Amino acid sequence: MPSKTDAIMARRGEIMKRALGMDYAEFEESPIAFDYEGLMTAHGYSLQDIIRIQRSAGVGQTPLLELRNLTDLVRSYAEPGMGARIFVKDEAANMAGSFKDRRASISIHVAKQKGYAGVIAATSGNYGAAVSSQAARAGLACIIVQEAFDSRHVGQPEIIEKSRICEAFGAEVLQLTVGPELFSHMLELLDETGYLAASLYSAFGVSGIETLGYELAEEMTALTGAPPTHVVVTHAGGGNTTGTARGLKRAGATATQIVSASVDLSGLHMASDTDFNRKSFTTGHTGFGVPFATWPDRADVPRNAARALRYMDRYLTVSQGEVFYVTEAMSKLEGLERGPSGNTAMAAALSLARELPADATVVVQETEYTGAGKHHWAQLNFAREQGIEVRAGDPAESVPGQNIIIPERPEQIRAKDFPLAKMRRSYVRNALAHAPEGYAPTDADIEFLAADTNSDAETVERIIAELAEG
Amino acid sequence: MASSDGCRTGDWVEIERVLLEPAERSSNLPEDTAAQPLRVWLKGFARGDARIGDEVDIETMTGRVVRGVLTDVNPGYTHTFGRPAPELTAVGRDLRARIDAYRADADAKAGE
Repeated sequence: MPSKTDAIMARRGEIMKRALGMDYAEFEESPIAFDYEGLMTAHGYSLQDIIRIQRSAGVGQTPLLELRNLTDLVRSYAEPGMGARIFVKDEAANMAGSFKDRRASISIHVAKQKGYAGVIAATSGNYGAAVSSQAARAGLACIIVQEAFDSRHVGQPEIIEKSRICEAFGAEVLQLTVGPELFSHMLELLDETGYLAASLYSAFGVSGIETLGYELAEEMTALTGAPPTHVVVTHAGGGNTTGTARGLKRAGATATQIVSASVDLSGLHMASDTDFNRKSFTTGHTGFGVPFATWPDRADVPRNAARALRYMDRYLTVSQGEVFYVTEAMSKLEGLERGPSGNTAMAAALSLARELPADATVVVQETEYTGAGKHHWAQLNFAREQGIEVRAGDPAESVPGQNIIIPERPEQIRAKDFPLAKMRRSYVRNALAHAPEGYAPTDADIEFLAADTNSDAETVERIIAELAEG
Repeated sequence: MASSDGCRTGDWVEIERVLLEPAERSSNLPEDTAAQPLRVWLKGFARGDARIGDEVDIETMTGRVVRGVLTDVNPGYTHTFGRPAPELTAVGRDLRARIDAYRADADAKAGE
């Protein structure tokens, strides 16, 4: 007998078509390829329109700050002549405390324009706060569905804080236990309410992030005479990398290297009830970063507008302990007390700046708010309560879920390169696996896969040939 | 009036519901998750008097009416900062000293 979940999932296409306010079928070109730029521009808003919408929503135009003390700290142990200038875009200055306001503002604008009575988003992250805040300003009803607790009803303090802030902005918050069926429950709610699905992965949301890349390119040009040589982006579902990179290109910053960064949570299962509270980062980690980069269309929309592999020039991972250390250092040295998840890119940037010449410029493109629950002390206390060993030492000995090792010296902050070749291969394998069995990719498919993996036709053809050999 | 063991109509309360029993859950879950029901907690205004552990209807912030077991009345939040991690308390002092030493050294070299 089909279960309740099967019944609602069978109606997924019909429910999402109404809830997303657009039909994704018109962009499909083959079992593999679709018109990505067509999807991204179908909403009809120019970059200037989006800037105008965000200004009226109180979003964006956050301070870009040079971090001279952190720069000198890196130079104190870098080789002579090395140690890039480090900058940060203080996105915590947005109304709900993160860059996610940019994402939410466009979805809320669309919901209002199209006459939806409310919005629904499935998120345990800062996006919930952003959607709730923007919905409150627009006078729309708002439901946030969160994966909040393990089966003991124990919740990460960071997620509990995010429940609190959504309720502070007047949202109805559903706090679920661990499990991917959260999505089918969201479908039921969309069906019941008729609200807009304010997906993290819609073209509206990702277009909203383009202003972040655009702003920072212009601000860096005003400050240093040129766009940054490197931008480091905390990476999870891919929207941050995608939107920022697209915005940089729109500002003409085509030479800027896009470096994505995630906290290494390898070995922890994201759908496991027992692993759920053994991690100290609820986003910005490899548990989302790798699967979403290598198969973006696993998202809650038919085609994901966030396609990070298209834009990444490099992918760095850092350990939890390194990020907590850098969070403390940023607070003490720069007067910026910000949330640890958003500082993932900062930890990677300190490692990157060390290997770059002193005239290079590295921009960390976001921060997030902190406070009770989200603060790094709260995270470390919670980790200890869950039986995780927390100690000072060499972070190279970190084992996610077992220990958190706080560096003893800044020299020990060493980001690791996650090989992009492995990600591209994995992406192509996933794309082929989702096409009908025996489907032979056309030249147009190869071209699409090359663009979607930031490589070329030759590379894609070689991967396909290698996969065929097994 | 709200009390520690129950609610009156109109009180702001929290309820719990089971969305899926273990047998109804998705087939591709890790064993530890599959053995547990999928549960949800949500808040709203009570539509009747009830004791903790009783079923009650609530009206949520979006106006939906949802039935569940009453788990809390006037529910709040208790998450904190907690005590500092001893591994981090000296980071500010030590790194400021390093930066000062680096700058003093750079100034000395510039003056040579």
